[in-house]
Amino acid sequence: MIKTEHLTKRYGALTAVDDVTFQVGPGEVLGFLGPNGAGKTTAMRMLAGFVTPTSGSGSICGHDIGSDTLAAKTALGYLPEGAPSYGEMTVRSFLDFIADLRGLAGERRRARLDHVIEHLQLGGVLDQTIETLSKGFRRRVGLAQAIVHDPPVLILDEPTDGLDPNQKHEVRTLINDMARDKIIVISTHILEEVDAVCTRAIIIARGRIVADDSPAGLAARSRYHNAVSMQLEDPSQLGAVRAAVAALPAVAELEVSERDARLTALPRAGTTILPALTELAARQGLRLKELHLESGRLDEVFRTITA
Amino acid sequence: MRNVGIIMRRELASYFATPLAYVFILIFLVLANALTFYLGGFFERGQADLEPFFTFHPWLYLFLIPAVSMKLWAEERKSGSIELLMTQPVTLWQAVTAKYLAAWLFTALALALTFPLWITVNYLGKPDNGAILAAYLGSLLLAGGFLAIGSCMSALTRSQVVAFILGVVACFVFLLAGFPLVLDLFRSWAPQALTDAIASLSFLTHFQSIEKGVIDVRDLLYFAMLIAFFLFATGIALELHKAD
Repeated sequence: MIKTEHLTKRYGALTAVDDVTFQVGPGEVLGFLGPNGAGKTTAMRMLAGFVTPTSGSGSICGHDIGSDTLAAKTALGYLPEGAPSYGEMTVRSFLDFIADLRGLAGERRRARLDHVIEHLQLGGVLDQTIETLSKGFRRRVGLAQAIVHDPPVLILDEPTDGLDPNQKHEVRTLINDMARDKIIVISTHILEEVDAVCTRAIIIARGRIVADDSPAGLAARSRYHNAVSMQLEDPSQLGAVRAAVAALPAVAELEVSERDARLTALPRAGTTILPALTELAARQGLRLKELHLESGRLDEVFRTITA
Repeated sequence: MRNVGIIMRRELASYFATPLAYVFILIFLVLANALTFYLGGFFERGQADLEPFFTFHPWLYLFLIPAVSMKLWAEERKSGSIELLMTQPVTLWQAVTAKYLAAWLFTALALALTFPLWITVNYLGKPDNGAILAAYLGSLLLAGGFLAIGSCMSALTRSQVVAFILGVVACFVFLLAGFPLVLDLFRSWAPQALTDAIASLSFLTHFQSIEKGVIDVRDLLYFAMLIAFFLFATGIALELHKAD
């Protein structure tokens, strides 16, 4: 369990994190979202014991981050922003160093090291120094460092930043695999990541929590929630269809793109318009290239909330 | 204690991961010997002792020790690895002590490599080996004092160059605290007691007695307290600035 209560950090006149209170339980993957400079990293650093809160408190698995710091750090695996490490060390000696600090020994140490090397595909670069590795590999070394002691709680600051799509996919699979029995907090500003791995998302802006919901719940706040988008095969029908759709009582707003003959109908709050539109299409004998129901657009919600 | 050992070993290995360590040791040995033979007049004196060798150590250390200590914390802060280190289950004091001890062990190694000189002097005559041992100890303590100051300066900045310059200046002040160059700065306005206190902080006066083979508890205590103070200051500086 991760808990924070009124967690606040001020730097002079600047309040980086402002009265942040939340809880994360086992099995949850919490996505920390927010624009750059919103306070995500500072909040995570406080939980990781690197930055001391100005006021408020937090705990990791019941260990207070202020008074029981070592126990809190022991229960935590942490990937700092940018995955810093010691460039002159080889991957092997770096992981050995972390395993030593984490108190791993004997058979378990070997098994854990083998596990992270295999899962993060570090086998081929074990004897390379970290400074010679690509960004993707460095990030994976950082992740390996964070999970080598199999901690119950993981805090990962931008775990997929700078990775290519394949590597992103691998890291997300890894997070999903670990999600069952761990508490995971990741920060990101990639919204697709929220859908891909998170069970819950907290959006922070200017240091404050402005939304705390499931990804589906957040999407439902979008104007596009339950909107229907259709693309016509024959652009010449656009004018007639446009008038007919706009006349439907449940349609609140209509967006038309003439370039690709696409209509997007936004429903009035709490209504569904898909049946009415399919019926209309059938009645007018429209040939459709595409018809789909939107669940909501996270980027639009994100912009509305944090602007 | 275990953590101190782990961090110290990593740190010590990092010195040897780059040519820096070998360059440093080479320069130290060349300069130490050159000063002994040319400026110190090792042969001309006709005495079987190592005084011309140890006499120059404070001046040698003045420039070489800040070069060893400058990377201690400045580099960790610059690369961000300090965040990685401080979020492992270690305390700040373990990390400060471990990194300091690694730097000290490294200089001890460089100092130990001057042993051919000791063999030479024993081959040429019958020196007082007890006094030589005491002088080695004094030199090691002096290096320790300089390193502690350097560690603190390194914790104040993210730039190794700035850490080096701050280190040289601070070490210079401590080295010459008992001399008019430094004391005159204070004499005009500070009370006599303060001026005397500053004079008693001088590295040189404490080093010179040990160098002659006299191990006084007060001198040992002086170095121990100085080192403890600057390591404490290192910790405070880190606590305040580590996340900047």
